[in-house]
Amino acid sequence: MGMTMTQKILAAHAGLDEVKAGQLIMADLDLVLGNDVTSPVAINEFNKAGFTDIFDKNKVTMVMDHFAPNKDIKSATQCKTCRDFASKYDIKNYFDVGDMGIEHALLPEKGLVAPGDCVIGADSHTCTYGALGAFSTGIGSTDMCAGMAKGKTWFKVPAAIKFNIVGKLPEYSAAKDVILHIIGMIGVDGALYKSMEFSGEGLKNLTMEDRLCMANMAIEAGAKNGIFAVDEVTLDYIKDKVNREYHIYEADDDAEYEAEYTIDLSKIKPTVAFPHLPENARTFDDIPEVKIDQVVIGSCTNGRIEDLRCAAKVLKDKKVAKGVRCIVIPATQKVYMQAMKEGLLEIFINAGCAVSTPTCGPCLGGHMGILAKGEKAVATTNRNFVGRMGHPESEVYLASPYVAAASAVTGKISQPSEVM
Amino acid sequence: MKACGKVHKYGDNVDTDVIIPARYLNTPNMEELAQHCMEDIDADFAKNVQKGDIMVAKSNFGCGSSREHAPAAIKASGISCVIAKTFARIFYRNAINIGLPIIECDEAAERIENGDEVEIDFDSGLITNKTKDETYQGQSFPEFLINIINSNGLLNSLK
Ligand code: SF4
Repeated sequence: MGMTMTQKILAAHAGLDEVKAGQLIMADLDLVLGNDVTSPVAINEFNKAGFTDIFDKNKVTMVMDHFAPNKDIKSATQCKTCRDFASKYDIKNYFDVGDMGIEHALLPEKGLVAPGDCVIGADSHTCTYGALGAFSTGIGSTDMCAGMAKGKTWFKVPAAIKFNIVGKLPEYSAAKDVILHIIGMIGVDGALYKSMEFSGEGLKNLTMEDRLCMANMAIEAGAKNGIFAVDEVTLDYIKDKVNREYHIYEADDDAEYEAEYTIDLSKIKPTVAFPHLPENARTFDDIPEVKIDQVVIGSCTNGRIEDLRCAAKVLKDKKVAKGVRCIVIPATQKVYMQAMKEGLLEIFINAGCAVSTPTCGPCLGGHMGILAKGEKAVATTNRNFVGRMGHPESEVYLASPYVAAASAVTGKISQPSEVM
Repeated sequence: MKACGKVHKYGDNVDTDVIIPARYLNTPNMEELAQHCMEDIDADFAKNVQKGDIMVAKSNFGCGSSREHAPAAIKASGISCVIAKTFARIFYRNAINIGLPIIECDEAAERIENGDEVEIDFDSGLITNKTKDETYQGQSFPEFLINIINSNGLLNSLK
């Protein structure tokens, strides 16, 4: 029986020739990630368990992004716990205010993940790196602690669902629309415990940023990981970033999939996920008038340079509607700098947007744009659960940077064609 | 090992943001977090929960964030076991790793109602609803995972 791409990576990291769906394995890890919310819990456990060292100072990484720059004394204490730990164990890839970015935008940019890697992160959107052809998955703080100490963890080998990508996206449709469409189709538990494997001739029409956005939301379908076949686009992206050995794994022709879907990119329309689940995806044929109070453009899903370019294209020479706050958060320092060079920040500020230093901020209802009772926001983030961006009676509508920017201009949920 | 207590019942897709809202995640203190457990969907949970009580929900329990604060807050609130049709995978892992027993069982998730008195035998996976006088067969864990739960979490099992 053939293996899927994920199964091959897991077999190689467990030192086995073959693995099957459902099998429990111990796998070696190439990278262990934590942030300022999950790492302190892992560090507590690490100290309590009496571990004296981490397994590899180059393979543990911590990013201060959720409540950083620190929003209060408690979050400052959490970051200090991480900073002290990183310094004590000489963690090479520790990223703090000034050079940090949102973890899942930062790590690929820094070349810390390569095709064929096996990565765990104490953050559910660790599945983002599947875009690079790596196996990567979110775990909790105890797993992070054990991973830091031992460089290994247990996995149940997942079954897989295959997505055969064909065609090319129409103008103003985005990767975000594709993944919202898929989640709408299979549901928030449609890929529970499984891998989502993306391949097909249409892949060449998806940039690395598109793939990062899609793999990022695999968890929103309940998946263990999302993974893209490695091609020219991947190799071109990593060539000036990754300078170590890596392996490219391909799914066998006779690999087993529990389901297969063909996704025709040319049919994808601007899509919005209504509260309070990412599966409540609707296209504009089916969207009533929804007045909004806030727009957030950023996050590990859509805070990269291409996302800001899309938003700026819509916002150029326009104004944010009266009564709407539009917050733009470049995901990393590099994205920030690039946006500045290209004049995008000027476009945003002229339009009346607030532009912030990289942070997760409002995405998880942490700080920098919390919603009051009854308020509604269009966000390029990935979750619209009850209370996600603030008050339990506020609402988050998930959309692409195009839709978010267009909505900022009109003050209601709008597609780009309404303002362009 | 057995658990016995009164049931707190919820529906589908109970996500980690309602189990413990992110606005409280500026502390790793689980006792403090337990006071806000479930508050966005069940404001009185922290006040009503008794040590040993059981939580029952439907599909995809614990979806969303990887925050271990979610199972840890449930455990710190005194809940002795969570029963659901299915669990989101990171929650499933985290619960096992920190030693919070969880059981998947369709029938129990459907039949058990809020306030029922329920007993669970972890070795056999048998769930007894004392209020309704019914039993349901839940999934028992593979040995690999029983070891982790019996050692009260992954880290103890690694020692
Ligand atoms: S941007 Fe949002 S989803 Fe991404 S890591 Fe930060 S909090 Fe999580």
